[in-house]
Amino acid sequence: MRSVKSLEEIRRIIILHKRWDLIFMITGIVALMIAIMTFMALFAHMLIDGLPRLSWEFFTSFPSRRPESAGILSAWVGTTLVMLVTAVAAVPLGIGSGVYLEEYAPRNLLTEIIEINVTNLAGVPSIIYGLLALGLFVYQLGFGQSVLAAGLALALLILPVVIVATREAIRSIPITIREAAYALGATKWQTVSDHLLPYSSAGILTGIIIGLARAIGETAPIITIGALTFIAFLPPSPVKDEFPFISFEWLTAPFTVMPIQMFNWVSRPEEAFQLNAAAAGLVLVVMTLAMNGLAIYLRYRMRKNIKW
Amino acid sequence: MAWQFIYATECGKILSGKEMMQINQKEIAESAQYKSEVKNLSFHYGAFNALKNIDMVLHDKKITALIGPSGCGKSTFLRCFNRMHDLYPGNRYDGEIILHPDDVNILASNVDPIEVRMRISMVFQKPNPFPKSIYENVAYGLRVRGIKQRAILDEKVEIALRNSALWDEVKDRLHELAFNLSGGQQQRLCIARALATDPEILLFDEPTSALDPIATASIEELITDLKTKVTILIVTHNMQQAARVSDYTAYMYLGELIEFNVTDTIFIKPKNKQTEDYITGRFG
Repeated sequence: MRSVKSLEEIRRIIILHKRWDLIFMITGIVALMIAIMTFMALFAHMLIDGLPRLSWEFFTSFPSRRPESAGILSAWVGTTLVMLVTAVAAVPLGIGSGVYLEEYAPRNLLTEIIEINVTNLAGVPSIIYGLLALGLFVYQLGFGQSVLAAGLALALLILPVVIVATREAIRSIPITIREAAYALGATKWQTVSDHLLPYSSAGILTGIIIGLARAIGETAPIITIGALTFIAFLPPSPVKDEFPFISFEWLTAPFTVMPIQMFNWVSRPEEAFQLNAAAAGLVLVVMTLAMNGLAIYLRYRMRKNIKW
Repeated sequence: MAWQFIYATECGKILSGKEMMQINQKEIAESAQYKSEVKNLSFHYGAFNALKNIDMVLHDKKITALIGPSGCGKSTFLRCFNRMHDLYPGNRYDGEIILHPDDVNILASNVDPIEVRMRISMVFQKPNPFPKSIYENVAYGLRVRGIKQRAILDEKVEIALRNSALWDEVKDRLHELAFNLSGGQQQRLCIARALATDPEILLFDEPTSALDPIATASIEELITDLKTKVTILIVTHNMQQAARVSDYTAYMYLGELIEFNVTDTIFIKPKNKQTEDYITGRFG
């Protein structure tokens, strides 16, 4: 008799406890919805305003005083070139630093201080990087208000992201794999280049893309170093028709980027320019989402063969 | 141990020159059977003394098993042989591990650990193939040694896979990922990887502890077959395994070598009470 009674008791308690599962689930869904719905609303608003402005001409026209003929040609070309510089600078520096910290650095106080600082750098406001770039790249090194200075500024900004991603990716490789390589007589560099880097490439690549996706939308440091808001010409082409066929003049050219073009249009009083801003915003968001999507896809593809 | 034993008894009396020569010859004869001699080996992880004054020998082309309860230092001891402890800071070796025939002390600070690892291979507790193809797994040790010619690689890979009894199962899919193999096959692949470089000693660190009984049986059979080719040192948790595969057994406890002898003697009439207790399951 007693056991039957206690069984009922247990069931009552289970029902009571399960109520909390339900309550938490609803709270969680509400929280999630707030985040997603807000983004969806913004995106939808931008889509409604901006979509009618999107046309082939919008991508191939320079900014103009007449909103209906203004386009984002100089902005997207500028963004692409700046991102190129950022990637070329941040990727080797970031991976190199990450590998060094994870595999080579002696475990001592100095290393510890450096590690803490690298992590903290990710939290430094981006305008500070802008100021640093203004002082160092624009004036001290004399790069001027150029694609090069902007690219390097953004490279500094995303460097901590790449370093941390590299370290995390390398650290997620089981120690037994590392030991297997060393036990076969591999040197540190052989272990790094034959094993650790290839096996962590998915994680590192994800970090790079996430970093670039962050850099693409950065406005403050670019404004700080003095990017122009109205540019009606393109930087010199990197490809030339005479020897040596490659030119780096574009590095020192003045430029503008997508968010600055947007910022410029938003600050105009005319309604039509607001629509241009929405259209440019739409392009920027799609670019960022596409980069994140690419990161997810690459991670999936490259991890398929690795199971641990 | 045996080496010291002879030395101690013979030195007890005054020796004639002829007898001296005999001892010398005996010593040489004895040491020729040894692949390696461990002399007064101690090991520290930071301040922790993990191995205490170990003296032991590895007989050439024989299997020596290390048994003892968890934490007794058997894996630590094994990992001294390929200087694995050098990978981590704060570790210290004292004493010597002499590798014959060139009588080099592999623990000496002027001996490069990489050189030691090129002579002495290791198979780990859990199968740890690289996320590469079966072929590349086996070939990696050769590539590290700078071998690039396809023909040599192909040949060595095949020999290693045959010696690890895996060739027939994988010969048609050498370029498939190693992860697609079963656990037992992966461990045999790791053995092939370790064998491909013709090591002088093969170290096994509890090679079957992550495997099912059938895979364990095939690995044990393989290890027994391998002793015609290579000197083997195996750490095992499983006393039956030590009894089944090894020629010599060392019982360790709390970082000390308690007893070392021919496996049959250790299991049938151990000299030490502690060994007997452990083997009969009264403790451990």
